Order: sequence, then C-alpha cells, then structure tokens
Amino acid sequence: MSSDESRDGFVVEAKGLTKYYGSFPAIEDVSFTVRKGEVMGFLGPNGAGKTTVMRIVTGYMPPTTGTVTVSGYDVLNNSLEVRRRIGYLPETVPLYLDMTVREYLAFMGSLRGMNKERIATRIPEVIELCRLEDYADSHIFKLSKGFRQRTGLAQAILHEPELLILDEPTVGIDPIQVVDTRQLIRSLGRDHTVLLSTHILPEASVVCDRVLIIHEGQIVAEDRPENLAQRLQGVQRVEMEVQGPAEQVSRALESVSGVEKVTWVGSANLCLYTVDVKLGQDLRSRLARAVVGQGWGLLKLNIVSMSLEEIFLSLTREETGQ
Amino acid sequence: MRTTLVIAWKEIKTYFTTPMAYIVALVFLALTGYYFIANILGSVLSEASIRGFVVPSASILVLMAPILAMRLLAEEQKLGTLELLLTSPIHDWQVVIGKFLASFAFFLGTLFFTLYYVVLIFWFGNPDTGPVLTGYLGLILYGAATLAVGLFASSLSPNQIVAAVVGFGILLLLTVIQMTTRFVGGTAATILNQISMQTHFDDFSRGVIDLSSVVYYITVAVVFLFLAIRSLESHRWR
Repeated sequence: MSSDESRDGFVVEAKGLTKYYGSFPAIEDVSFTVRKGEVMGFLGPNGAGKTTVMRIVTGYMPPTTGTVTVSGYDVLNNSLEVRRRIGYLPETVPLYLDMTVREYLAFMGSLRGMNKERIATRIPEVIELCRLEDYADSHIFKLSKGFRQRTGLAQAILHEPELLILDEPTVGIDPIQVVDTRQLIRSLGRDHTVLLSTHILPEASVVCDRVLIIHEGQIVAEDRPENLAQRLQGVQRVEMEVQGPAEQVSRALESVSGVEKVTWVGSANLCLYTVDVKLGQDLRSRLARAVVGQGWGLLKLNIVSMSLEEIFLSLTREETGQ
Repeated sequence: MRTTLVIAWKEIKTYFTTPMAYIVALVFLALTGYYFIANILGSVLSEASIRGFVVPSASILVLMAPILAMRLLAEEQKLGTLELLLTSPIHDWQVVIGKFLASFAFFLGTLFFTLYYVVLIFWFGNPDTGPVLTGYLGLILYGAATLAVGLFASSLSPNQIVAAVVGFGILLLLTVIQMTTRFVGGTAATILNQISMQTHFDDFSRGVIDLSSVVYYITVAVVFLFLAIRSLESHRWR
C-alpha cells in the first residue's frame, strides 16, 4: 500500500484524460476520483466513452494526454503495480470456452502470481460468492450468458484486488439474472472499491454510491444517485388510460397546473393519454383527481421512464444553463 | 519465468485437448515415415541415413508450423481474453515466449517419435552418427524459426485461417528467395542466399554444422518473436 492512498483515501485519481482515436476524441478532459470502499458508476449511452475510461484505468491502453493513478501508482509508469491491484471484467466477458470454471479460475490465479495454497482456498470462496457451485466443473462453453458473466466476475475478484473494474456488468443477460448480478456487485462493494460502467439509470442508482454521467466523451454531471434521480425528474411523462370523451378528458388534463402537453390515441371513448409534466413535480394524484372527479373511468396511470438519450439531452441542457 | 511457464503449460494442455495438434503431428509423422522408407527402399544404393526424411521435413514444416501456431494469439484476440492477458500483472513478452515454448515443446514431442527411424537404421545398418545428430539439430532450429514466424502471423489477426496463410506465405518466401540469385547476381545474390531458409538447411542434412547457419535460425526466431511482441503491444494503441 502506498503512502498516497493512506493520505487521502483515493484509490483512483484521474486527471484530464483525453483519448483520440485518429482525429476523433473518444473522451475529452475527463477527471475523477474514486475513494476507498466506494462504488463509483459511469453512466452514459453507448459510445459515450465509458469503455475507453475503463481501459485507460486498467492500463490496457494509454491516454493521449492526462494521468491516472491507482493506489498512488501511475498507470503508465508503474503499469505492473497497477495491474496487480485491479480485477477487471471487460464488456465482452473474456473466457476460455474449452476450460471448466475451476480450471479457468486456477489459470487466472496463477497468472496473477497467486500461490497454489491461496488459489486452492480462494476458488471455493469465489465460486460460492458468485453462486457457481453447480457449474464449477462444467465447461464454460456450456454455460448460459448469465453464468458466464458470473464466471467473469469470479475471475475479477479471485485475487482480492484493491480495485474492481466492471465494464457493463449486466449487459446481455436475462432480467432475473440481472437482479442477482446487481445484488452481487452491491455485496462486493462492501469490501471492495468498485468502478463500473452502465448505460442503465436504475442500475446505477441501485448499485452505486456515486454516479458520473458521461456524454459524448465528457462528464456532464456528478452526484449521488438519489440526488441525480431528483434532478432527472425534470421532464416527466405520465401515461393514462381513461374511459371518457376524448376531447373533454384531454381538456381536463391540460387544465391541471403543471401539465405541458397532452396527446392521445385510441377510440372516441377509450383513449391512451400521454401527459408531459413540468420539471420536478409529481402530478399523478392531481391528474387522477381530475379524471375521477368528472366521473370518468381511470383504467391505468403510470410514469413513463424517459429513455437515456432524453435524460442526457435534458442534463446537457441543464448544465449549459437553459 | 513462472508466469511464462503458466502460459506455456496452459497452451500445452490445449494442444492435447484439441484435434488440430494431433492431426498435424500425425500427418508430420506419416509423411516423414513415408519419405524415410521410400528413400531406403527406392534408391539403388540404399544408405543407412536419415537424410531421406530430414530434407523433406523442412518443407513439411513450412506448412505445418503455421498451423501449429495459428491458434496461439489469434484465439486470444477472438475470445477477448487478450484484454485480460494485457491487463494482468505480466509482461507482454511473457505471453509471447510462453506460447512459443508451448508450440516448440509440442514440436519436440512430435520429433521424438521420429527417433524410431534412427533406431531402425542403427539396428539394421551402420550409419554415420554425425549427420544424424546434425540433422536433428537442424530440424530443431528450423522448427524454432518456423514456429516463431507462425506465432508472429497469429498475432496479426483474430482469424486463425488468416494467421496460417500469412505464416505460410512468409515461410514460403523465405524458403524460395534464393531462386532469385540466378538472375540478380553479385552482392545481392549473396545476401539473398544468406536470407534463404533452404540454403542454410542443406548443411545440416549433410552432417556439417556451420555456425553461421545456427546463428541464422536463431536470428530468424528472435526477430519474429520480437515482432510478435511488438504486434501484441500495438493492440494497446488501436
């Protein structure tokens, strides 16, 4: 452990990272820190530069300009020291398909310089932690995507790294396994410092202590997930299914203060209304009253979550002061 | 060193669990066996020597070495495991050398079975020991050089077939390059002759150890291993 880490408690310190692919900037002037014991998330749409940031921190590729230290060691000048301290799960889970889970973990362990005894004690531990008991001796090519992901996670935590770097850890696995995987990451966050990337907002808010939003290669916001969620309530959309005369219903909805726009589709007497609501207000109860008060039937009412692109658009607008 | 051997051991295990390596070894042994017998039975004055299979073995290796080596780095790129290797606490050269050692060990294992022919000629004849030893030395050096070329080719593409074809192309060019000496002449001819893998091999099969030939094969192996390491490093810049 280096003196830097004990002094300020930062595991990762990135300053002014810029990476060009040819003349195209994948990320520009990205700076951030990750504190010890924190789960930090990079949230951004596809192509925002998340993977580039992860790859720079792992030492896989050098930044065009800027510096990163992990536990006080510079990623470029002290690459091996950095790599010793990280566990990394890339976006495409790197697995040797013709090995069994156990063989794969043993290989990864010895690659990281763990001795035989330590490998022998750690493998059953991570297999249990990632709930791979039933598949420990199965060949990896037989495993489903979710179990492959867990094998990838098991590999990343095998050597008890100081920093765990997970690139899109829940992409492409089925919804039930996604919930499991998030819980697993959350529980890993109790003993590890975690840096992860995701393009799913709810995932970031469930898993992370702190979220950085990255868009078109730049950090546009940084906050705790609950604050972020509040800021993101900015533009909200409510969907309602109402039994009643369409024209009148839509007028009644528009008259609720805070409503910006109402559109509807459907037959004359049963319509699906999409109501755009002003920043930061939850109008659901007022909207419901407006409908029920007139004696119309309210069949459905729910918030439509905005697509990530819309969120980022609203955030970038917010940041530029509009 | 230990990490290098970890990688080598993993590759050796893979050789024994995939059919390709067995096929290459079997074809190599079948062809050398054929050459050995045909040479002894087919010539009027059948001599007790292993030249019969040593000389064609070099040509067989031009084809076989790229196939033995094609998976080594191409597969890592295709599976995405290269990213894992390059972010593990190991040097890039350890990856390359480990993989080279694995393919070289498998080649030596295959060559071991040809000792059967040596046993036969010593049993039934009275051969010169010199050409037998130099023949094997030549084959071992030739194998190291061709496998290094194959490994370099494997670092270029995630596609194993591309790797094999490129490796074969480089080796064939290095083998036939001395043909141009007929019309270039002068210093250029000498240089081209020295670059050729074939020219250097003839000595060994005749029982002569020319130090420059030993240096030549080791140089080819070192240069292409170095190129493979640089090619691996270049993945970080892509």
